[in-house]
Amino acid sequence: MIVADQFSPGTFVDAFRFIGDHGHLLLEKTGEHLELSLASLGIALLLALPLGLWLGHRRRGLFVALGVSSLGRALPSLVLIAFGLTVLGVGFWNNTAALTILAIPSILTNAYFGIAGVDRDVVEAARGMGLSERQILLRVELPLGLPLVLAGIRIAAIFVIATATIAAIAGGGGLGEIIVNQASYGLGGVVGASFCVSALALLVALLLGVVTRVASPSQPSGA
Amino acid sequence: MNVLAGGPVIPNFGSGSSCERSNGWWCTDWLSAHWGDTLQPALVQHVELSLIAVGIGFAISLLLALAGYRFRLLDPPIGVAADFLYTIPSLALFQLLVPLTGLTVTTVEIALVSYTLLILYRNLVAGLRAVPEDALEAARGMGLTRGQTFVRVELPLAVPAIVAGLRIAFVSTISIATVAAFVIPQGLGRPIFVALDQGLFKTEILAAGGLAIVLALVADGLLALAQRALTPWSRA
Repeated sequence: MIVADQFSPGTFVDAFRFIGDHGHLLLEKTGEHLELSLASLGIALLLALPLGLWLGHRRRGLFVALGVSSLGRALPSLVLIAFGLTVLGVGFWNNTAALTILAIPSILTNAYFGIAGVDRDVVEAARGMGLSERQILLRVELPLGLPLVLAGIRIAAIFVIATATIAAIAGGGGLGEIIVNQASYGLGGVVGASFCVSALALLVALLLGVVTRVASPSQPSGA
Repeated sequence: MNVLAGGPVIPNFGSGSSCERSNGWWCTDWLSAHWGDTLQPALVQHVELSLIAVGIGFAISLLLALAGYRFRLLDPPIGVAADFLYTIPSLALFQLLVPLTGLTVTTVEIALVSYTLLILYRNLVAGLRAVPEDALEAARGMGLTRGQTFVRVELPLAVPAIVAGLRIAFVSTISIATVAAFVIPQGLGRPIFVALDQGLFKTEILAAGGLAIVLALVADGLLALAQRALTPWSRA
């Protein structure tokens, strides 16, 4: 599968020519890539975000948050995708499941620390004003902890988009399908497709960076 | 999906045990027969690949961090470059390097090292920056030179952040090194690729994958212990 093509600066020219010539294929694969990444990210958000926010609000389960984050890092993507393939068989869901598991740790841990790190005095003041626990979480803690919570989602998104490449090994489609198939697409195709992955990851990171900036509470002057 | 053409046929479904022929989840007979020729060498290679990568990555990051710490103007470009490197899919980076350095360990190490840079650089700079101004002031007052201040004050105080970076770098290198088997027949990724290619042999996938996970957890635990030993003052 690895063909030792002659490397030259021309490889990058080839890569751009590939992007120009195979726009349709790349668009289709980018679509698959996004579909896989967003599905995994969406499921991970549904599972990890409420749990992280709730644990952070109760300021409990520090052990869970830390354990999940270090266990999550210790799970190699290739291993998870291979496990997914073994348990669920070839298809969309084996990769979605593997990528979901990979996305959970940073979302959960950052949500936990974002909320748990909110100044206790502020929370007590809100409680004193008669806000319900739910209101405290949604109106006080979440806005204040939002930058960290969103940073976790951003890290997870970049990681999932980059890792979804490996899903091609398990028949997951996406841009990885071009990247693992140098024999058909040439080194130019491999580089071109990986440009698309990097661009996609950077674009999503940028987008979430803007969201973070807009959503962050403005710093009080003089603080 | 002919990922590994011409690899050894493991398992031999035709003449293997009944567990192997039925592609069992955990064939102990296969494991005991192939621990010595498949799993153990892969584990040793994996440890070697990761140690070398983190070692070189740490040396480079330390130099870069010193530059970024002393000359603040250099920090943003180094950070952006390291960020960009991190978004390159490992599968593509390995292939991109093959024409330059061949199907060799060097290729794999260059890729692995470049992925450690982001993590280590960020943590080194953050650790050094977090040294309290008072401590630096006191060092200056005691008449320490710049070099002495760095070695005796700044570096020790930055140890927790540095070791935290090393933990993440080690664990993620162990993870990415499994993909290295796409390029060279080494590391724990090798048995996984072979098993994926040859009828999805479950026992081999679970055993090699399990070893990779255990290796990462052990590395993480050892570095956590090292962190405690190196910073006795942080213990309550």
